[in-house]
Amino acid sequence: MRFGVVTFPGSNCDYDAYSALRRVLCAPVEFLWHTDPDLKDVDCVILPGGFSFGDYLRPGAIARFSPVMKSIIKFAETGGLVWGICNGFQVLLEAGLLPGAMLRNDTLRFECRWVRLRVDSTRTPFTRGCRPGQILRMPIAHAEGNYYADDETLQDLETAGQVLFRYVNKEGLPDEPSNPNGSRRNIAGIVNRNGNVVGMMPHPERAVEKILGSEDGLMLFKSLLGTTATGIDPISQRRVVSDRGI
Amino acid sequence: MVKGTVKVRLKDGVLDPQGQTIMRALLQMGYDWVEGVRTGRTFEIELSADDEATAQGRLKEISERLLSNPVIETFQVEVRS
Repeated sequence: MRFGVVTFPGSNCDYDAYSALRRVLCAPVEFLWHTDPDLKDVDCVILPGGFSFGDYLRPGAIARFSPVMKSIIKFAETGGLVWGICNGFQVLLEAGLLPGAMLRNDTLRFECRWVRLRVDSTRTPFTRGCRPGQILRMPIAHAEGNYYADDETLQDLETAGQVLFRYVNKEGLPDEPSNPNGSRRNIAGIVNRNGNVVGMMPHPERAVEKILGSEDGLMLFKSLLGTTATGIDPISQRRVVSDRGI
Repeated sequence: MVKGTVKVRLKDGVLDPQGQTIMRALLQMGYDWVEGVRTGRTFEIELSADDEATAQGRLKEISERLLSNPVIETFQVEVRS
């Protein structure tokens, strides 16, 4: 499993994602530049957090038309794994690879805090290592994470099991105080119908070591790496799943 | 050169946290006759087009593709030469 992390002008979590993969998980990872349509033969593309193109117009609206995105849209449509985190989620929504849109947080503040997420589907390559209903602690940092979709789209998402993560309280219930931004139905992350494109507002790449406050983000990385079965990367022959286990 | 204006606003029914906050501020300032505030955005665009219909079409296309997000917003195009 080889990863590619996209850098747009204004991305600021690209090195966090790169470091989580290379340094913490010893996984093969490359940077992908926004003007270069070459995806370098990676298996999973990460669209990282940040403020691509200054968040001008709408977050993700400009980045969505970058040369690299043309390749990523094709890659996604042919089953390639695409993971949008924070601003990356906003880019995927603008690109139409995931349904819905982001509104300003209902608090009107930039929300930078720890949240609890409940894993509502384990049938994706991103969450297959999690237990259904498992609660993960991760940070959020965004001003526009208020997920919106119309009633019909929401119903479709729920029926097809495409709601991947919800903001919940200690008991695992998606109540109002646990919702940091006003997202409909406490939605923090969704997956497309085919299960290969995921968007989420929280930052798993910032929760990969005890010193950062949580290792729960590793669950998602390891779920993806686990898809190569042995934990030995076939290209580099390096061990890509650490001994800590899932 | 033709000048056009594109007005983008949130669809009815889509939450507008900025509009709500502005309304609360206005009420607090004593403007108790304010009954609702919705925010939006205006783009002033200069373009080349031989006639108004062409200009309309061009502005509509960029409004659909970039200036607005059809999931949450609607837009209105005005052209003047």
